[in-house]
Amino acid sequence: MTTMTDPPKGDGFRLSQLLYDTRYRSMTIQVIALIAFMMFAAFLVRNTIINLENLGKDINFSFLGYSANYDINQRLIPYVSSDSNMRAAVVGLLNTLLVAFLGCILATVVGVIAGVLRLSKNWLTARIMTVYVETFRNIPVLLWILAFMAILSESLPVPRSFKGPNAESSMWLWDTVAVTNRGTYVPMPIWGAGSALVVITFLLSLVGIWAFGKFAKRKFEATGQILPTFWIKLAIFLVPTVLAYFVLGRPVTLTYPEFKGFNFTGGLHLRNSLLALWLALSLYTGSYIAEIVRSGILAVSSGQTEAAYALGLRPSRTMNLVILPQALRVIIPPLISQYLNLTKNSSLALAVGYMDLRSTLGGTTLNTTGRELEAMVLMMLIYLVVSLSISSSMNFYNKSVKLKER
Amino acid sequence: MKKSVFFSALTVAGLVAGSAMAQDGGSPTLALVKDHGALKCGVNTGTPGFAAPDANGVWKGFDVDFCRAVATAVFGDPEKVEYTPLSSAVRFTALASGEIDLLARNTTWTFTRDVDLKNTFIGVNYYDGQGFMVPKDLGVSSAKELSGATVCIETGTTTELNLADYFRVNGMDYEPVPVDSFTEAQTQFLAGACDVYTTDASALASSRSSFETPDAYVVLPEIISKEPLGPLVRHGDSAWGDIVRWTLNAMISAEELGVTSANAAELAKGTENPEINRLLGSEGELGGMLGLENDWALNVISQVGNYGEAFERNIGESTPIGLARGLNAQWTNGGLIYSPPFR
Repeated sequence: MTTMTDPPKGDGFRLSQLLYDTRYRSMTIQVIALIAFMMFAAFLVRNTIINLENLGKDINFSFLGYSANYDINQRLIPYVSSDSNMRAAVVGLLNTLLVAFLGCILATVVGVIAGVLRLSKNWLTARIMTVYVETFRNIPVLLWILAFMAILSESLPVPRSFKGPNAESSMWLWDTVAVTNRGTYVPMPIWGAGSALVVITFLLSLVGIWAFGKFAKRKFEATGQILPTFWIKLAIFLVPTVLAYFVLGRPVTLTYPEFKGFNFTGGLHLRNSLLALWLALSLYTGSYIAEIVRSGILAVSSGQTEAAYALGLRPSRTMNLVILPQALRVIIPPLISQYLNLTKNSSLALAVGYMDLRSTLGGTTLNTTGRELEAMVLMMLIYLVVSLSISSSMNFYNKSVKLKER
Repeated sequence: MKKSVFFSALTVAGLVAGSAMAQDGGSPTLALVKDHGALKCGVNTGTPGFAAPDANGVWKGFDVDFCRAVATAVFGDPEKVEYTPLSSAVRFTALASGEIDLLARNTTWTFTRDVDLKNTFIGVNYYDGQGFMVPKDLGVSSAKELSGATVCIETGTTTELNLADYFRVNGMDYEPVPVDSFTEAQTQFLAGACDVYTTDASALASSRSSFETPDAYVVLPEIISKEPLGPLVRHGDSAWGDIVRWTLNAMISAEELGVTSANAAELAKGTENPEINRLLGSEGELGGMLGLENDWALNVISQVGNYGEAFERNIGESTPIGLARGLNAQWTNGGLIYSPPFR
């Protein structure tokens, strides 16, 4: 009896249990692996520091505060050459984010259209899209970037040819857009006093459209009555903004590009480096997205399509209401990595002289200060943070379209 | 017993290594170069006149001749050079990492490159300055008229910084078009994607000579910077720096003393001028002090030529590049080229 009621000997844990007890063994192995990994990492860091010391170099980030002394042509924030290397890097980072943002949008549009059309029953359309996907996907993106740049700078007219009464070249769209081999100049809005109110009105009307959409849907579900949503939404979109624009005395005006001196002045200058990089990255990544979209659509069983047809849905509505919402669940996760690829590929910008993060911090700053290791580590960290932000926001979206099981 | 064998072997090895070091003038780089059997020289990716492969793929040019001169000083053979074409962005990294032993790539000697990047500039072999080239039909005759122009500029060079300073100081606007390489800059400039191409005046002349219609382009008279171009080596091996420095000085002194590739062998037999004798090795042991053969300078001059010969052959007025000596004349002719004495 006594043996039955005795508690187990000892305090319940012996050191040897770490090795022999299956409850603890896996943890022991993990801890040892972690320590080994950390020692390896520490060895690498220490080795780097010692080698740098042998070369007579230290790790020092003070160069970020020094004056950069070079100019950057495309600036989203004010910058002059006497600003610090840090500010130059931020200007470069914003340029990276700009081309990544524009690229992701265009790549998605191109990719979705190409992916859907590749499944088209029209033989010619489907084959053209196949040719697009296969050519863009199978040629390195750097070559596409260089090719686009070469086409833009070699085939378009020089700004000088727009000069004079009998110019060789003329502007497009009623003399408002100039397409030259230094970039495309388009009219640019000038935000006068009171323009903020117009913008606020516009944003409020967007909120209004969304609220009306909710209201119309609720009404349809409650009463079955269908409101003419398109026309009402269009009215909400246009009327308040236009009214505000005229009531406030037309605060927003446009400047048009004009040839003066050496170049076009006025208007917005979209440099060829930006255009080449943007188009090449978008079309390249678009070809991958097309395949992702195609696989997503094919992953939805054909029974869904047949069922939708049986209910009397037209093919376009079948696609929009039945196929794509289900396909999105398959499409979104690989799409995230395509966005990340596009963002990282934008570091090829230097090839066409687009001043992104790689060309500022990792290019001229690195060259003039000679701080290779610091600049590289900093750049890697920045790209890491950007990529992680993109993937976490996309994962958030993914959660919202994921199948909600009840 | 075993231990004593081991220690005596160690002692012998140490003595051999020590004497080898002493023979090489204590330069680890020289030992490495000799061991490798060729000089690893970093050059430009292609600037006609300074460093560019010819139709047969043989590297030719002013900087290339300097690589050949150093190889001759070390091996007595100008062909023992391995050329590494380097972009302006990677040149210092290549030197610091030991990928090359010597960088002769029209590199401007600046404070930060010398001090902060831990390089040793061994002298100046070309006094240059930054200039501007424009198409003739632009009708521009001075750099002061360039406000608003689009300028092609190689990124990561001192010229990029000078350009920013020049336009800022003169209160002018410009649109920089950064390009990655010399050839890309030419392509963009010829396509009219920029109005102005700016780099060192010597490189502008070199570039202009390679255009289909050189006369359609002019180099503006303004020189906006000092660009002393020189070969450089890593910090930390002063003995190797001495070899490279005195090879350049030997070429410069040879021109000053009238020693040419044609008469060097004759003069090496002994002359009335003791400095020529010391330079060519018929008097004194200057070569041995460097850890080289005593006829090292004789080999350099008879196989590669003196400074003036290298200049005239590659970039002088009789070549398509057509550069006048100007600042790069000997000090006796009103230039800045000047060598410390061989004594």
